[in-house]
Amino acid sequence: MAISEQKMLALNGDEAVAYAVKQSDVDVVAAYPITPQTIIVEKFSEYVHDGEVDTEFVCVESEHSALTACLTAAATGARTFTASASAGLALMHEILYVTSGCRAPVIMAVTNRALSAPINIHCDHADSMVERDAGWIQIYAENSQEAYDSTIQAFRIAEQPDILLPAMVMLDAFFLTHTLENVKVLADETVHKFVGTRKIPLVKSHEHKMVPFRLDPENPATMGPLDLYDYYFEHKRQQEEAMGRAPKIVKQVHDEYAEISGRRYGNGLIESYHMEDAKMATICLGSTAGTTKTVVDQLRANGKKAGLLRLRTYRPFPKQDIANALENVEAIAVMDRSHSFGAYGGPIFHEIRHVLYDSQQHHPVVNYIYGLGGRDMPQHLIHQIYKDLQEIVRTKRAEKPVQFIGLRE
Amino acid sequence: MTSQNKGWKELPIAGVCWIPSTEYKTGDWRTFKPVVDTEKCTLCLLCHLYCPDGAIKWNSQARAIEFDYDHCKGCGICAEECPVEAIEMVRE
Repeated sequence: MAISEQKMLALNGDEAVAYAVKQSDVDVVAAYPITPQTIIVEKFSEYVHDGEVDTEFVCVESEHSALTACLTAAATGARTFTASASAGLALMHEILYVTSGCRAPVIMAVTNRALSAPINIHCDHADSMVERDAGWIQIYAENSQEAYDSTIQAFRIAEQPDILLPAMVMLDAFFLTHTLENVKVLADETVHKFVGTRKIPLVKSHEHKMVPFRLDPENPATMGPLDLYDYYFEHKRQQEEAMGRAPKIVKQVHDEYAEISGRRYGNGLIESYHMEDAKMATICLGSTAGTTKTVVDQLRANGKKAGLLRLRTYRPFPKQDIANALENVEAIAVMDRSHSFGAYGGPIFHEIRHVLYDSQQHHPVVNYIYGLGGRDMPQHLIHQIYKDLQEIVRTKRAEKPVQFIGLRE
Repeated sequence: MTSQNKGWKELPIAGVCWIPSTEYKTGDWRTFKPVVDTEKCTLCLLCHLYCPDGAIKWNSQARAIEFDYDHCKGCGICAEECPVEAIEMVRE
């Protein structure tokens, strides 16, 4: 397939997401405004007002209701979208589990913002990291272009009949949401064709009839019924099975999208930047990867064997891809933009170390907690991390496994 | 939890049952049942609006309210809200 013609638009991250939603033939959008997500909803409501979309736009009284409206609309077979961040996402917490448990493929943009208190509207990943166990696919965008591309891909991934899981697309507060960027957009009809209409799988009912998996007056069903110790466990196991199938589908949809857009983000799950012969590697997700790539370029220009591994999906966690990418690295620094108080380091650090334990790799892995509440992560601090890694490669010892960086003492 | 129950590979996903919720007869949860005094009832239908289970119906032919005892859980909200105290909760 040939790469389709694209327009270059000056969009911030929020506008890029709204544009992707406009093109994705969404039936229902329900949302409640919260900084820094507000522009997505404002922009989309303009599309509704101007008749550019025929989406049902539901103004609700809270995020809890926003997600409930999307979940129930999705249960009838509708394609749905919402967006939130921080306290708004936290208020959705209960319904996040209901959505994944009902296997409703709702798509949500999360504009990563710190959780209160003290109140802070700027970027960190605490809001989405805490929801990692909620049964949602999580895709972290590095820039606004990727936020646009990932939103379109998310509909295809989530609605796949053998997946049927909700998905979040994450973009960093302000660094992406409010920063103007050149974003290449596909033509409306190209996106329509790519996302298609939502397919409703036929499933076997308890009476062994094949019936559509949705609320349908012709085949009355009860969704989200009482499910006790005799069945609940089996239904949770089914969710894990769907998540297990997700890596393959994420890659497949990413590949198909690359054919029409010409854009790739690693293999769709991870992006390896100069990892082929890297001796020292950093691991991060989100917009920090952009700054880190610049630092890697500078180090490479000076003959240093530096690399970056960016996680694009955090759920499903691409364990095998990570283990393979880190095979020949001698020292690893994991950068976490959130912290788990009282734990041994941040959430990404936990899982990276865990993966390496399984693959018998015992290179030093250290953790840097950075950028909480939108604290800047400039190039010189990332250089500092690589300097520490060089020392670890030389001594084969990590003096401080977990530390904060960019923090005043 | 017995071995006769289906495993996760066979069960319909998400615990969906192709049975409408009206098939679940929740009336047997009840200890007290509502009874209306048709002499006192003014047919304002507030009870119908307040009933959380949709178990109070308006019978237009009889021009009276009717309780659906298959689904009424006996919560007593109708009796509490009735402005003329026409509904009494009677022990089953």
